[in-house]
Amino acid sequence: MSELQQPWSLVGLTEAEYRRVVEVLGREPNYTELQMFGVMWSEHCAYKHSKAALRRLPTRGERVLQGPGENAGVVKIDDDLAVAFKIESHNHPSFVDPFNGAATGVGGILRDVFTMGARPVATLNSLRFGPLDDPRQRELLKGAVAGIGHYGNTVGVPCIGGEVYFDESYRGNCLVNAMCIGIVRPDRIHRGIAAGPGNALMVVGAPTGRDGIHAASLLASAEFSGEGRETDLPTVPVGDPFAEKMLMEACLELFETDAVVGIQDMGAAGLISSSAEMAARGGVGVELDVRKVPAREEGMEPWEFLLSESQERMLVCVKKGREAEVEAICRKWGVGCAVIGRVTDDGMVRVLDSGEVVAEVPARALASAPVYHPEKAEPAYLAELRAFDWSVLPEPEDWNGTLLRLLGSPNIGSRAWIYEQFDHMVQAGTVLGPGGDAGVIRLGAAVSPGAHDLTRQQSGAELPGRPGQAVPPRGIAASVDCNGRYVYLNPRRGTAIAVAEAARNCVVTGARPVAITNNCNFGNPEKPEIFWTFDEAISGMAEACEALGTPVTGGNVSFYNETSGEPIHPTPTIGMIALHENLDRLTTPGFKQAGDVILLLGETRDELGGSEYARLIHGVLAGDAPALDLAFEKRLQDAVLRAIHEGLVTAAHDVAEGGLAVALAEMAVAAGDPALGCQVSVFLGEGRVDGQIFGESQSRILVTTTREQVGRLEALLMVEQIPFRVLGDVTADGRFRLAALAPGSQSAHVYRRQELIDLPVAELARAHKEAIPRWMDE
Amino acid sequence: MRFGIVVFPGTNCEMDTFHVLCGVMGQQVDYVWYETRDLAHYDAIVIPGGFSYGDRVRGGALARHTPVMEAIAAFAARGGLVLGICNGFQILTEAGLLPGAFRPNAHGRYRCGWSHVRVENATTPFTRACGPARVLRIPVSHGEGNYQADSDTLRALNENRQVLFRYCTPEGEVTPGANPNGSAENIAGIVNRAGNVAGLMPHPERASEEVLGSADGRLLFASMVEFLTGRVIRV
Repeated sequence: MSELQQPWSLVGLTEAEYRRVVEVLGREPNYTELQMFGVMWSEHCAYKHSKAALRRLPTRGERVLQGPGENAGVVKIDDDLAVAFKIESHNHPSFVDPFNGAATGVGGILRDVFTMGARPVATLNSLRFGPLDDPRQRELLKGAVAGIGHYGNTVGVPCIGGEVYFDESYRGNCLVNAMCIGIVRPDRIHRGIAAGPGNALMVVGAPTGRDGIHAASLLASAEFSGEGRETDLPTVPVGDPFAEKMLMEACLELFETDAVVGIQDMGAAGLISSSAEMAARGGVGVELDVRKVPAREEGMEPWEFLLSESQERMLVCVKKGREAEVEAICRKWGVGCAVIGRVTDDGMVRVLDSGEVVAEVPARALASAPVYHPEKAEPAYLAELRAFDWSVLPEPEDWNGTLLRLLGSPNIGSRAWIYEQFDHMVQAGTVLGPGGDAGVIRLGAAVSPGAHDLTRQQSGAELPGRPGQAVPPRGIAASVDCNGRYVYLNPRRGTAIAVAEAARNCVVTGARPVAITNNCNFGNPEKPEIFWTFDEAISGMAEACEALGTPVTGGNVSFYNETSGEPIHPTPTIGMIALHENLDRLTTPGFKQAGDVILLLGETRDELGGSEYARLIHGVLAGDAPALDLAFEKRLQDAVLRAIHEGLVTAAHDVAEGGLAVALAEMAVAAGDPALGCQVSVFLGEGRVDGQIFGESQSRILVTTTREQVGRLEALLMVEQIPFRVLGDVTADGRFRLAALAPGSQSAHVYRRQELIDLPVAELARAHKEAIPRWMDE
Repeated sequence: MRFGIVVFPGTNCEMDTFHVLCGVMGQQVDYVWYETRDLAHYDAIVIPGGFSYGDRVRGGALARHTPVMEAIAAFAARGGLVLGICNGFQILTEAGLLPGAFRPNAHGRYRCGWSHVRVENATTPFTRACGPARVLRIPVSHGEGNYQADSDTLRALNENRQVLFRYCTPEGEVTPGANPNGSAENIAGIVNRAGNVAGLMPHPERASEEVLGSADGRLLFASMVEFLTGRVIRV
């Protein structure tokens, strides 16, 4: 018998894992049971390689109502309002079929959130592709963006932000991570639990077909061969956002009754995963008959019902005797439903086929895959990259041209080509849409938590309008961030930077960071170098989350992001949410008025490691990730929040890819008024000039303030011990002028002034705007 | 005044519209489920945006066959005010209550973002609070917003001053560059011959509060209230 015909390899298990299944059962599994174990013990469902490391993450906090282990995390805003949020990857399906892969990624994350009882109010996404000069990458970008838009727009959830990078390392393995945020009343949170023997198990939603079978075990838990055999892979299910919208409204209305005990999305590994997990969480058993599941194909085998990943389906545990209520609500929304089984008290997952038992295994066994502590080894490339001698690179001769090239890089320039395809304004709550540092939605206006108002027959009579509100309007800010190059150069610090930057992006709007969700995208964890990188990344994430007071409420691990043995840059994407206590103080990056004073908070060092400048202009990815002092980062963020809420800031912007010059240029472009420009002088310290102008030192924030307020702002910064420099002014001449001031050779108090950049803002805006369209619009 | 907001399976802007009419404009508002046949309580009906029936076949093509659309046709025939926004506009054209039809955006992509429209006729129940030739900043969000009609229809629309809004630059110039979807003659909104049924592609309910970036959209709702009550609303 060849290796391929062994029972374990049929379902993606190892021989040792198969032996363990036999041991747990006390017998050989039959074919259906083997399929069940194969998928439940897959990396995608069981987190075998990551579970032990993930336990090191801080998950508690005073606002955390639901930590990791549920469909989504939940944090409390006040006694009446909580926020559910989660991020999830759909990388491999999106590489095989970008439109449907990305669309169903959005569908899955929306379900994770509304399963918790929350109404989705925002999405974000984090995307990675290879360079856009490759037509295949353009097709992937086009397909994934259209797919995300198709799904989110139809359901009617605004996409308020995201990030995208184009880098060689993602050429053979794109990343599509989708995040969703929902609002829920704290007393209406629902969980994926089955309880109460005799209670009904109901499938609610779309009928079941053969689509997506083995997607979790074979597609998401293995790497691509790179030999063009991706056509042999399981098919990517096709999403139906209209069905999702109806399912969402039906579920949210169901939760207004108290008939629902628990509910779980039938996502990865479909019926078997949802039923086994619900039973394991409730410490009960379940008995279900696959022939009672509404099917849309004939002749499906029991294991096919169990493993199908047909979209837009939920498994609901319903109180005995309340089934008719559920049916009535489903009928109203045109959603299918059927009772397929009952909760039992024997702890077994018993699968019937027209009444005949075809599988019977302990729920706990299915949900307790082995936990591995894989071997770790620091990759050899790190020492070599960190030893890079920067002195071999010349400083720019044409600083104007260098800035224009950076602004025109798809990694820095405008993402409008992407986010204009997403409805970012539906629900009339978006007060800061995509394109800024973070997206911000207001709370308490058009959309309320839970079911549609029409099911509660709200009357229009008693609402007199909003003027004279006693409480300032509040909002939720959110950002997704990860610079994979930093993580590649220094997994631990690079990941801490991702957390710090996500928080900083929220802080510059005036929102205080609350908690994170994470999406760890890595290569094959069975390789010691990859696992070391993952393990370090988790340490960095834990350190940063501790320092910034933002616990981890859940997330997703996506391993095996490799093609032909070439892994992606490690990409632990951080999804941060933050609470904005007063939207009257909402701060945006664009310059506001001529005469405002520009200040740089934080310290600039000569740091080119991992920078877009080094990669784009010199073709170099080397060195170390920029330094990060988490204690300082926290003080900086607190000081900026204080300054914003004391009304001392007219614009604020995080300094990120492209460094100081690019951040200033972004503020000029974001002003949206070509008449506004700036004149700034940068005091140089030791080291290269380009390293300080385009380098990416962390913990820096640019702010503007009025002439009248600058004294108060400076005093605040001095009290908070935040180093800062006054760089110059916002001008009315529409030009962007940047000069460097170097210490003179005679005296430290005499500076030599060198004009580096002088360009019309309109020209910067053009380069910025064309960054992606110049590749995508033929 | 009592407004009814129609909800089809797949409608997704009803809460936004409810919020503006009720919370911002202070009107009485109900949701009207698509199976309803009785609209006797209402002074005006708004068909909000979204993806009724998931845009299957075409935007609005299935929604027109619902009971509420029969009732809306009768309501309109009696002179009731009907406003269709985005998908609501598509539904009104599919139902024959407004002339013309929609094609996918000329550039082939969904497009969400701010647009400017110039008020072409400020004497209708939907625009009387706007003032002539005023430029409104209102967002669009659609994949099939490319309004088309045959030349006779376009001529009639122009002759009868049925064009309410055209896409324009922020300065009010009607140019090809200001057209987000390829619509004929930059048409963004029209009214029927009788003057009581209107549709527009931009979303005024997303531009009715300064905190969202513009309050220009309020002028449409204020116009309707003013027409119905004779009372001028300051916006």
